[in-house]
Amino acid sequence: MAKFDHTRFEKSPFLFLIGILLVVSIGGLVEIVPLFLIKSTIEKVDGMRPYTPLELEGRQVYVREGCYVCHSQMIRSLRSEVERYGHYSLAAESMYDHPFQWGSRRAGPDLARVGGKYSDEWHAIHLGNPREVVPESIMPGYPFLGKKALDTREITARLKASRIVGVPYSDEMVAAALDDLAAQANPDSDTEGLEARYPGVIMRDFDGNPDVVTELDALIAYLQMLGTLVDFDLYRADEDGNNR
Amino acid sequence: MTYHSLAHFSQTWGLVLLVAIFLSAVAWALWPSNKQRFEDAAQLPLKEDEDHIQ
Amino acid sequence: MTTNTQNPGSGGAKPPLQIAAMGLAVLAALYGLALANATTSSVMAFHGLVFTLASVLALWGLARFKARPQGTVLSGPGVVYNMDVVKYGTIASVFWGVIGFSVGLLAALQLAFPALNFDVSFLSFGRIRPLHTSAVIFAFGGNVLIATSFYVVQRTGRARLAGDIAPWFVFWGYQLFIVLAATGYVLGVTQSKEYAEPEWYVDLWLTIVWVTYLLIFLGTLWRRAEPHIYVANWFYLAFIITIAMLHLINNAAVPLSWSSPHSVIMWSGVQDAMIQWWYGHNAVGFFLTAGFLGIMYYFVPKQADRPIYSYRLSIVHFWSIIFLYIWAGPHHLHYTALPDWAQTVGMAFSIMLWMPSWGGMINGLMTLSGAWDKLRTDPVIRMLVVSIAFYGMSTFEGPVMSIKAVNSLSHYTDWTIGHVHSGALGWVGFVSFGAIYCLVPWLWERKRLYSLQLVSWHFWIATAGIVFYITSMWVAGIMQGLMWRAYDSLGFLEYSFVETVEAMNPYYIIRAFGGGLFVAGSLIMAYNVWRTIRGDIREGEPLPESVTVSAAAATA
Repeated sequence: MAKFDHTRFEKSPFLFLIGILLVVSIGGLVEIVPLFLIKSTIEKVDGMRPYTPLELEGRQVYVREGCYVCHSQMIRSLRSEVERYGHYSLAAESMYDHPFQWGSRRAGPDLARVGGKYSDEWHAIHLGNPREVVPESIMPGYPFLGKKALDTREITARLKASRIVGVPYSDEMVAAALDDLAAQANPDSDTEGLEARYPGVIMRDFDGNPDVVTELDALIAYLQMLGTLVDFDLYRADEDGNNR
Repeated sequence: MTYHSLAHFSQTWGLVLLVAIFLSAVAWALWPSNKQRFEDAAQLPLKEDEDHIQ
Repeated sequence: MTTNTQNPGSGGAKPPLQIAAMGLAVLAALYGLALANATTSSVMAFHGLVFTLASVLALWGLARFKARPQGTVLSGPGVVYNMDVVKYGTIASVFWGVIGFSVGLLAALQLAFPALNFDVSFLSFGRIRPLHTSAVIFAFGGNVLIATSFYVVQRTGRARLAGDIAPWFVFWGYQLFIVLAATGYVLGVTQSKEYAEPEWYVDLWLTIVWVTYLLIFLGTLWRRAEPHIYVANWFYLAFIITIAMLHLINNAAVPLSWSSPHSVIMWSGVQDAMIQWWYGHNAVGFFLTAGFLGIMYYFVPKQADRPIYSYRLSIVHFWSIIFLYIWAGPHHLHYTALPDWAQTVGMAFSIMLWMPSWGGMINGLMTLSGAWDKLRTDPVIRMLVVSIAFYGMSTFEGPVMSIKAVNSLSHYTDWTIGHVHSGALGWVGFVSFGAIYCLVPWLWERKRLYSLQLVSWHFWIATAGIVFYITSMWVAGIMQGLMWRAYDSLGFLEYSFVETVEAMNPYYIIRAFGGGLFVAGSLIMAYNVWRTIRGDIREGEPLPESVTVSAAAATA
C-alpha cells in the first residue's frame, strides 16, 4: 500500500491527468462499445429504408426548429404508451437517424408513429397555427414554413455525408437526389425511379401549393412517414436475434 | 462478442476488480501514515495569505 | 493581494510569440472572409464575418499587449498573480447569468402563454430553449468555472497563471464560442443534440479553446510552489479533461462541406442515444458538478476561515464520484429501445452515485461545524451553505428518479425539469453567486461588498423563486405522468394528450413567477457587484465582526 503513493499523483499534474482519464473512460467503454459489437442491439426488421431526399430535408427543418425539444420519438414499452401511440419503438427504426431524435421531454405528444394519423391538410393548418385545430395547444405557430421555398442546394452533399457515416445511399440515389426530391412533391411527374429507390414512398403535394416545393412540404412529408416503415406483421420480438 | 459473455465477465471478474480498486482507494485515504500530509494539504486555501505579504 | 493592476493585460510574451499570435490573427481574419465568401448559407456568411471581426479585435488587443515586467516572480514567495483575466471572467459570469436566466424566463412564459412565440422563427420556443440551456450552462457556468479555476489554481499553488497571451485567448475565445453558438441557434443552425447543439465548426473552435485551457491549467500546476495539489484543483482538472473527452466523441460529425454550417453526426439511433446521454448526463456530472465542487472545496473553507471538514473524505469523494458518474447516462433511456442490460447498469450506478454525492455534501456542510453562527452573520456563507443543501437534495432526487419504476412515471414530464432546476438554480446558481460575492471584493481589493443586505435580499428572493419553481414542477410532472397512464372504468385511457397539456397551465404560470424572482435576484447581484467594483460602500449597514475580519484578511 505504501508503495503506491498518491503523492506521486498529487505532485505530477500529468500523472494525475492520466489517472483521471483512465478512471472516467471505463464507464463509457463498458456501456457504449458493446452496443456496436452485440448484433441483437438493432433488431432484424423488414421495411427500413433510408429517408428520401424530401423527407431528409423535412427532417432538417424539424431539427432546425427544435421540435425535439418538446416532442419525443420514442414510444416506451409501457402499456399506456403503446395504447396511446402504437407499437413500442424499435432500435431498428432509428438506425438511419444521424443524430437520433428520441427526445427527452413531452410538452407535446410523441411523434414516433405520427405518420398517417392526420391528413396533410390538418398538418398544414396545425403547423401554421396550432390553435386553429387544437384550441388548448401551446405549440408555437410556424406560418413562415409554407411561405418559404425549400433550399435544396445541399441535398446531394447531405446524402454523400450520410453515406460516409453508414447510411446505405447508392450512387444512383445520390445522383438522382434533386429529381427525387422534386418528384415526391409532384405526383404528376415521373415517379417510377423514386418509387423503385425508396419503396413505399408517399408522393403528394403535401402543403396544397403545387407551384413551389416549400419547407412545409418537406416537413409534412417527413412527419407522414414517421413510424410507418417497419412491417410489424413480420416482426418477431421473441426471435433469437432480437433477444436483448 | 455476445451479451452472455459480457454479462458473465462483468458479474464475476469485473465486479471483483472494481471492488478491489475501490477498497484500495479507501484504504489509501485512511492509511495512518498519510494523515499528516492530508492535514497539511487541507490548510492550503487558508495558508496562502500569511505568505503573501508583498 | 498582488495583482499588477498598473499594467492591464500584463504580458510577458516575448515579442516573437506576440508577433506569431498576430500573424495567426491575420490568418484567422482572412479565413473568416474566405468562408463568408464561399458559403451558400447566410448564417455561415454571418459567422464568417463575426470570426473576422473577432480576429481583428484580437489583432488590436495583441498590438497593444504590454509585456510582463522583467523579473516578475512566477511562483513561491512574492509571486505576482495574473488576476486580470479572472476579473473579466467574473464580470462575464454576471453578464451571461442575467441573460441566460432572462431567456429562461421567456421560455417559461412561452409555455404558459404561447402567443409569446410571436409566430416568428427566431423567437419560437424550439430555438429559445436551447439558447437558455446553453446560456446558463456554458455561458454563465462556463465563465464561473474559468474565472474561479484560474483564481484557485494560482492561489493554492502560489504560482502565476501559465502563459501570458494564452489565458486571454481562452477567455475571449470562449466568449466567441458563446456568441457563435447562441446566434447559430436563433438563426436555425443546430445539430439537435441536447446541450451539444452547436454545429461542427463551433465545436472545433471550442476544442481549440478548451485544449488551451487544459494546457494553461496543467502548466500552472506544474509551476506551483506548494508540494500538494489542493483537492479543488483535482475537481477542476477532472472537469476540464472529461468535458474534452465527452465533447469530442459526442460531436464527431462529417461536415457537408468546409463552408457549410451543417454536418451529419457520426453515430445513429440507439448508439447515438447512448453516446448523447453519456455526454448529457456527464455535462451535469463534470461541468455542473465536478467543476462546481472545485468551487465548494475552495470557497467554503476560505470564506468560513477553517479547513475542509475531512481531506480524506475528499479523496474518496473525488475518485468515486468521477468513476461512478460516467456510468449514469442510460437512466435517461429507461424503457426505450436501448438494450435492457444497459438500462440496468445505468440505474445501478445512478443509485450508487448517491453515496459519493452525499459524501461531498457532508464534507462541505461539516466544514462549518463549530462556526454555524456564520450562517446568521454572513449572507455569503449562507448562500454557499444553502447551495450545498440543494446539492444534497437534488443528488438524492436524481438516484430516486433513475429507478426504472419511478422513471416510468417521471420521464418526459416536468418533474425532470424541476429536478434539473433544483440542481441548477439551487446548487450551481447559489454556489456561483457565493463565489462571485467572495471574488469581487478580493479581486478589486475592496474592503467589503457594497452591501451585504442586498446579498441577503438576493438570497431570500432567489430562494423563494426556487421553491416556487421546483414545487410547481413536482406537482405538474407527477400529475402529468399520472394522467398519461390513467385508465377509466372501461379500461380506456382516460385523458387525451391535450387535456394533460391544459392541466399544466397554472403550474407553468407559477413556475414562470418563480423564475422571475430568480432573475430579479440576479439583477440585485449585478447591481451589488457593479457598486462594489466602483468602490462604493452602502452607508448605514451594520457590519458583523466576522465579515469585516475575513474580508480584510483576504485583501491583506
